[in-house]
Amino acid sequence: MGYQLSREQFDSFLARLQEEYRVFGPAVDVDGGALADTDRITYKEVRCLGDLELNRKSYFSPKEIFYPVRETLFRFCQGDTTEPQIDGKKTAIFLRPCDINGIDRLDAIFLKNGPLEDFYYKRRRDKVRFFLIECTTGFDSCFCVSMNANRTELFDVALRFGDEILADVKSPEFEPYFAGLAQKPFEVRFIEKNSKEVRLPGVADITPDLFEHELWKEYSARCIACGRCNTSCITCSCFTMQDVSLGAENQMGERRRIWAGCHVNGFADIAGGHGYRQQKGDRMRFKTMHKIYDYYLRFGKHQCVGCGRCDDVCPQYISFAGCINKVSDVAAER
Amino acid sequence: MKNPFLPEKIKILEVIPETSIDYTYVLALDKEVKPGQFFQLSVPGAGEAPISVSDFEDGKLCVTIRKVGRLTNALFALGPGDFLFARGPYGNGFDYRDFAGADLKVIAGGTGLAPVKKLIKTFAGSDSVSSLEVLLGFKTPEDILYGDEVRAWVQSGVATLTVDKADDNWEGNRGLITGYLKNLDLSDRARCKCIVVGPPIMIKFVTAELLLLKVAEDNIWVSLERKMSCGIGKCGHCKIGDAYVCLEGPVFKFSEARRLLD
Ligand SMILES: Cc1cc2nc3c(=O)[nH]c(=O)nc-3n(C[C@H](O)[C@H](O)[C@H](O)COP(=O)(O)OP(=O)(O)OC[C@H]3O[C@@H](n4cnc5c(N)ncnc54)[C@H](O)[C@@H]3O)c2cc1C
Ligand code: SF4
Ligand code: SF4
Ligand code: FES
Repeated sequence: MGYQLSREQFDSFLARLQEEYRVFGPAVDVDGGALADTDRITYKEVRCLGDLELNRKSYFSPKEIFYPVRETLFRFCQGDTTEPQIDGKKTAIFLRPCDINGIDRLDAIFLKNGPLEDFYYKRRRDKVRFFLIECTTGFDSCFCVSMNANRTELFDVALRFGDEILADVKSPEFEPYFAGLAQKPFEVRFIEKNSKEVRLPGVADITPDLFEHELWKEYSARCIACGRCNTSCITCSCFTMQDVSLGAENQMGERRRIWAGCHVNGFADIAGGHGYRQQKGDRMRFKTMHKIYDYYLRFGKHQCVGCGRCDDVCPQYISFAGCINKVSDVAAER
Repeated sequence: MKNPFLPEKIKILEVIPETSIDYTYVLALDKEVKPGQFFQLSVPGAGEAPISVSDFEDGKLCVTIRKVGRLTNALFALGPGDFLFARGPYGNGFDYRDFAGADLKVIAGGTGLAPVKKLIKTFAGSDSVSSLEVLLGFKTPEDILYGDEVRAWVQSGVATLTVDKADDNWEGNRGLITGYLKNLDLSDRARCKCIVVGPPIMIKFVTAELLLLKVAEDNIWVSLERKMSCGIGKCGHCKIGDAYVCLEGPVFKFSEARRLLD
């Protein structure tokens, strides 16, 4: 059902929503940027329309709302394990189509890769509801259309923000919040062309010699293994386990997991001093192949959704979009 | 909802020192398990790591652990009656049916012997394989694992043992394991199947040599080692190409393993 809301009506809707949901959206961190006097857009709890930043792209993705950077899995005490409880409230997130598609890519890893579901991911993810922000223009570094990630049906409510706010309420869970408001048919639109386009190599064109190709060497020289491309990415899901000891005598401690990234040193080290992908160019290759090739082999769609954040955040100005095009060029040459 | 990350508390029944840095732990762990599979073992506060099953029988399960870091140091401080934590088993393990009727060659370097020890024991006393030859390599005589069993295999003619280096007291074979591959009876190429386990560099050279000796890559199995944090296809550390070593491995046919580029 479609509805039209004034900005005031939208604010009172948000106020009511917060009684049952924690509500997150892109918001401004004043002076939070890397340079002096620059803002950073991140996902934060929002209370009113004015809190939402709808004109600039968020630096980090919304994944940390339900997949925390650091999460305690359980505590040990005297040989017993206890899992921490989580907030019982549900979570509503205002986000764009690329990020909804990105979360679908995370779901595949945490819920469908292998026979077991990830308990910690699932219990938070089950509480998440999507409020789609209509996105028809994108930003400079976006290439969601090339990645076929510009459209989605996986929303609960879709919204067009303007002087009035239009809402397509798809999930019955949210109908009660809109009861009594002016009805107006509304169908969300999706971006059809980004200013940036990438040429994807055909899956069959990726051959073993591409892995050895010298195109990766440039990245060995440029990448500093900071991992920002991983942490900002909506589809990067890797983590490392970490134990913290709080007293050896009765084996008190906790086991956590923290985000990990394939660009960061140590990601693929094993005992005996051996490590795989020591060269940063090899890590760039590993990430690229996952994002636009081998994830597809497992799940039938590409992992990368073209949000462009990795290009926005890289201190070395490494362009992932550019890298995809280079791979395509090399693949096409042969 | 079941939480696969929660480990079980397991009692240590016995600790058998194999070398100064490798101990075998006999655990009160009664699970259906295959050689080549692994458990995520942990000590609260010290960490968790994948450790292969080396043997199992009558509700007991053995693991052989090398002291290399934080968790394994903490494990070495434990003795009989103490507890550790475990979840698993994970990974595919060896499928005995793959080797039925084969001329089976098991080539193991160093701690690579652990994941195939039970398999060797099983096939040594069974006629489900047509023949069995085992080739074992260790750095020095002091590094030899499962001394009594290995000596028995050597004496019965099942195994050839070599060490890279030794002093004059050593009367056995010397030199790298690759030097002994040509002694294996590979004459029936169709029936010959090889299992190669050991450090990455050893796997690399042994498989290359076997291919030169005309063993088909479909008849070679390897067990791969990668960093693992979860064991269940979530953490991403063990991924190579489109495969997760913890899910589709650690045992791979070489024809598959060589396709997986790091
Ligand atoms: C499928 C599989 C089966 C395995 N089976 C066995 C088995 O049966 N037996 C066995 O002993 N092992 C086995 N391993 C290997 C075992 O999991 C590793 O040795 C594990 O890392 C040990 O954990 P740890 O906490 O003791 O070592 P860690 O503390 O994680 O140390 C591991 C390595 O990292 C190095 N390291 C540690 N800290 C640092 C640092 N700060 N800077 C640089 N380097 C550092 C260490 O020197 C060591 O080489 C297996 C691995 C896999 C994947
Ligand atoms: S790889 Fe880059 S463009 Fe693709 S989803 Fe991740 S951050 Fe976005
Ligand atoms: S953000 Fe750039 S420099 Fe940092 S790890 Fe990624 S590619 Fe390398
Ligand atoms: S060990 Fe975590 S994905 Fe394989």
